[in-house]
Amino acid sequence: MLVLIYIISSVTFILGLKMLSHPATARSGNLAAAAGMALAIFGTIFLYNDPETGHVLHNYDWIFSGLIIGSILGTVSAKKVQMTAMPEMVSLFNGMGGACAALISLIEYQHLSHMDAGMMSDHKGMVLIIVLGLIIGSVSFAGSMIAYGKLNGKVGDFSFKGQNILSILVLLIIIGLAVSLVMDPAQPILFYVIFGLSLLYGAFFVFPIGGADMPVVISLLNSFTGVAAAFGGFLYDNNVMLTGGILVGAAGTLLTIQMCKAMNRSLLNVLIGNFGGNASGGGTSGEQGSYKEVTLADAAVQMAYANRVIIVPGYGLAVAQAQHVCHELESILTEKGVEVTYAIHPVAGRMPGHMNVLLAEADVSYDKLEEMEQANDDFPRTDVVLILGANDVVNPAAKNDPTSPIYGMPILEVEKAKSVIVNKRSMKPGYAGIENALFFQPKTSMLFGDAKKVLQELVGELKTM
Amino acid sequence: MTFLEFIEHHQQIIYIVILMIFVGIVVIGRVPSVLHTPLMSGANAIHGVVVIGSIIVMGKAEAGNYFALILGFFAVILGTLNVVGGFVVTDRMLEMFKNKKAK
Repeated sequence: MLVLIYIISSVTFILGLKMLSHPATARSGNLAAAAGMALAIFGTIFLYNDPETGHVLHNYDWIFSGLIIGSILGTVSAKKVQMTAMPEMVSLFNGMGGACAALISLIEYQHLSHMDAGMMSDHKGMVLIIVLGLIIGSVSFAGSMIAYGKLNGKVGDFSFKGQNILSILVLLIIIGLAVSLVMDPAQPILFYVIFGLSLLYGAFFVFPIGGADMPVVISLLNSFTGVAAAFGGFLYDNNVMLTGGILVGAAGTLLTIQMCKAMNRSLLNVLIGNFGGNASGGGTSGEQGSYKEVTLADAAVQMAYANRVIIVPGYGLAVAQAQHVCHELESILTEKGVEVTYAIHPVAGRMPGHMNVLLAEADVSYDKLEEMEQANDDFPRTDVVLILGANDVVNPAAKNDPTSPIYGMPILEVEKAKSVIVNKRSMKPGYAGIENALFFQPKTSMLFGDAKKVLQELVGELKTM
Repeated sequence: MTFLEFIEHHQQIIYIVILMIFVGIVVIGRVPSVLHTPLMSGANAIHGVVVIGSIIVMGKAEAGNYFALILGFFAVILGTLNVVGGFVVTDRMLEMFKNKKAK
């Protein structure tokens, strides 16, 4: 019976993922996978028989209190989180899964270590699986926590000279110790040292990576946790854990690669990560001179009398929670006969698709959103481009400055439009820490201030016109 | 146990792993970038199956083994957080896509 349930659950996972990759079916796909998961969980609780002893599970009170506490915490935090904080929430939940895998390994090793040394060495294969689950789970947990902290600004970029070498050294030590543990499993101290070092490595892994690359890292850690779950499946000969884990491991890796491609960078380049600190700089090439500011009223007039306006939303819009006002501005302009669309860069915001989610929340119509290629075709016949808190995705250095760290990344070619209005809080460089020559071009004018406030005032100006 | 024996012994699992890798890749195939975030979030919830491992550990723990009971208890909580939180967050993201479609 349990076998049948596991088969059904595995199918729902595969179908769920499949449906999640099409806009029309995405939501039901998610629900299908969730239903399969519930089936697998309750099936395990009530129908699982220990293959060695044939006993059913006990400790129901512990299991159910754990399930209830986890469900309440999970539902509340997922319901309460702001749409802008979605990426760090995903990272947090991912870390929880990694921690769960690591804890399982800790318990199973302790379980094994009750045997005498001779018997333990008969279980080398099992120890190998336990240790691998421990390492990957801990790395994923520590890495996700750091990524979470970085995204909500609690943890800054942190790197020191030779950090990459040190990280690789730690990884080599972990592998060395793991091999020696598998050869002779009765070394509990070694096991806990591996645990500690894996946590350390996870933190080291994420620390030097710039905030702009965090989505890629989260996606990668996501597939790590998938693999850790699959080791659990190996350990218990449990096919639903195995299929679910490997499925996410493979899909997550592919998704990571696709995200890197959207930024035209290799995964290795992201991971070595000399991207975050502006000390490495480059890309400024002395091009900047003076920039000009525009008043609110002028900006409003410019847009009201344009034929076509394209709005480029970025992370600044998300932080300021300005998506609703932005939609309001769009409606007013449309009433005045202006054609308004949004140009969405694939990696705008802090996660691919982040902007789409935000604008959808503000009821912006789906067909107003243009993907990058389409928008780039439209810029030449656009009168005003309004950039709201986006920076690196419109930086021309990506196209014409080979020394720039973002060289080669496809960008929105806003400079092809007749004029560009940039809303930013200050002249500070964007997340990648590089100057943007666009701001100093003659057709560009700056409109400083918090995106929400500026948009509200723009709407106010337009209403009086 | 030699390497070949190990493979022979676990061949069923190895087949599952290989096939699942391909399924995972094919299923994701061509995702519009609009759906990257919800997809990542949904995949994140699915690897929460790891909670089943924690349930098994918990359910097998002997009554006096507090090391296993306490760590297992935390494992169940964390795994459930991963599953429930993951699916709820994904649903919230996708809910907004739907609203917009209806209009």
